Amino acid sequence: MAMTLSEKIFASHLRDEPFPGTKVLSLDAVLCHEITTPIAINDLVARGKDRVFDPSKIKVVIDHVTPAKDTKTALQGKILRDWSRRQGIRDFFDIGRNGVCHALFPEQGFIRPGYTVIMGDSHTCTHGAFGAFAAGVGTTDLEVGILKGVCAFREPRTIRVNVTGKVPEGVFAKDIILRIIRDLTVKGATDCVVEFHGDVVKGLSMEGRMTLCNMAIEAGGTSGVCMPDEVTVDYLWPFISGGYKDRKAALADFRKWWSDEGCAYVKVVDIDVSNLAPQVTYGYKPDEVKDVAELAGTVVDQVYIGSCTNGRIEDLRVAASFVKGRKIADTVRGIVSPATPKVFREADEEGLLKIFMDAGFCVTNPTCGACLGMSNGVLAPGEVCASTTNRNFNGRMGKGGMVHLMSPATAAVTAIEGRITDPREFAKGGRS
Amino acid sequence: MKTFGGKVLFLDRSDINTDEIIPAKYLTEISKEALKPHMLEDLKLEGFDPRDPELQEARVIVTRANFGCGSSREHAPWVFEINDINVVIASGFARIFRQNMFNCGMLAIELAEGAIDRLFAHRGANASLSVDFKNSRIEIKSDKGSEGFDYSVSGFDKALVEAGGWVEFADAKY
Repeated sequence: MAMTLSEKIFASHLRDEPFPGTKVLSLDAVLCHEITTPIAINDLVARGKDRVFDPSKIKVVIDHVTPAKDTKTALQGKILRDWSRRQGIRDFFDIGRNGVCHALFPEQGFIRPGYTVIMGDSHTCTHGAFGAFAAGVGTTDLEVGILKGVCAFREPRTIRVNVTGKVPEGVFAKDIILRIIRDLTVKGATDCVVEFHGDVVKGLSMEGRMTLCNMAIEAGGTSGVCMPDEVTVDYLWPFISGGYKDRKAALADFRKWWSDEGCAYVKVVDIDVSNLAPQVTYGYKPDEVKDVAELAGTVVDQVYIGSCTNGRIEDLRVAASFVKGRKIADTVRGIVSPATPKVFREADEEGLLKIFMDAGFCVTNPTCGACLGMSNGVLAPGEVCASTTNRNFNGRMGKGGMVHLMSPATAAVTAIEGRITDPREFAKGGRS
Repeated sequence: MKTFGGKVLFLDRSDINTDEIIPAKYLTEISKEALKPHMLEDLKLEGFDPRDPELQEARVIVTRANFGCGSSREHAPWVFEINDINVVIASGFARIFRQNMFNCGMLAIELAEGAIDRLFAHRGANASLSVDFKNSRIEIKSDKGSEGFDYSVSGFDKALVEAGGWVEFADAKY
């Protein structure tokens, strides 16, 4: 029978079906951060079950608030640190090595095609970019994952999104996913895996594919998914070269996960991006999306470039290409948070950090930072932020603040102009 | 098993996200008790006041589509649980929130939009709601009368509620 990628992963990882329609899967990776894991650890300790199913399959990072800002966040970090040592978890990323989980873990080669991955974080769907089934879960699912190495899911249904056409200048993966979310709505993919296909997706780097998959949850999706191909092989090659004769052999192996011809989709969405304009959100839901031109001129107080959506090296390169040789507006607080130490180092070596700093940006350490208003970059009531993050919810970046989601290119030119600006108009030398 | 039912809090909006239910700034807490005063603090809903003392009497939430979307934070069900709200009834839930509810031994009941409309007709009339878990039936009573609705939850979700949550279920089985 023809199967989708996620159906194949479910079939190969099925541990139990305790009730019709409920599938308990064995897990290849359980990812942990300091916000949702400490309560699971404390509960396991309280139950007298302070164990982990397999320390080599548990990956841990402190990323949301780092360095710790107060006693509470210091304690969250300490619980995670002590537990990792106690349980012999070797892949623990503490300050100096830490970065945004959904950028750091792929960069370390932890995510592979065909894997089952959970994390107590909704943007875990990012990792489906590697052809994995990767789902955000709550702390209880995480706790059982840590203890037993299993997680229960309903049978997945799959939405296929075909992205075709020629990507116009000034348009990036972020614009494409914002447009897709607008079309699907914030609940259109609930209980579904969202598969991204088409020449445009094939032409994206792993970074771009992660941007797409990262926001699948904003349409309610369980996981975003891309078919693992040559681009995936090249990205993972430093980690997998010992296991394959050559890249061709790796590709042949990865292909077994591809959705079959004739498999069942609940919905097929075709999007031709040839005429797509840069996109931006205007309300408090990520499906409230318009062309940037429609919001052009909106004054902003802060510009944030970073996060698990758009804090990778490619994002910083694009943003820096617009910023180079210019200053950000006096009225704007510009913040750049490279997502990982590797991104930070590369951005430094390529001169990108200098470009940002010369322009007046503050460059922070790798962290989730302003995205969810937990540590730095919090807005005052009534303030507006142009942001490359993934959520514009009421209060997300600080009570009474307004967040407009956009690509790194749009954010960069918005910082320079002090108001929302179309990067295509900016490149032409005129204000939009 | 938890106790289900009591006074109803109506939240007449779709797409209420978990940031609105419990803002991220409280995620540095490591006890459920500490979350208690902050339930629905950032909810964007006209006429809603998170400090309204009547909120403390609520035992059931009735709301619209896609409830609990956004962040995976289980702090959302926890802040309800610590305020003695163990049932949310909606025309639809976000996946993670729904599973978090059942994983905690709480009830996330999905009803058709028409049935939700009929529940909302009892708003402002001292509505209370009882749950017959065994027979998968709810009944709402208010100054406007009473009305019953059958609901269905999956066999797995029912078993989680009976077991007291997913940790208990999984620990006994895997």
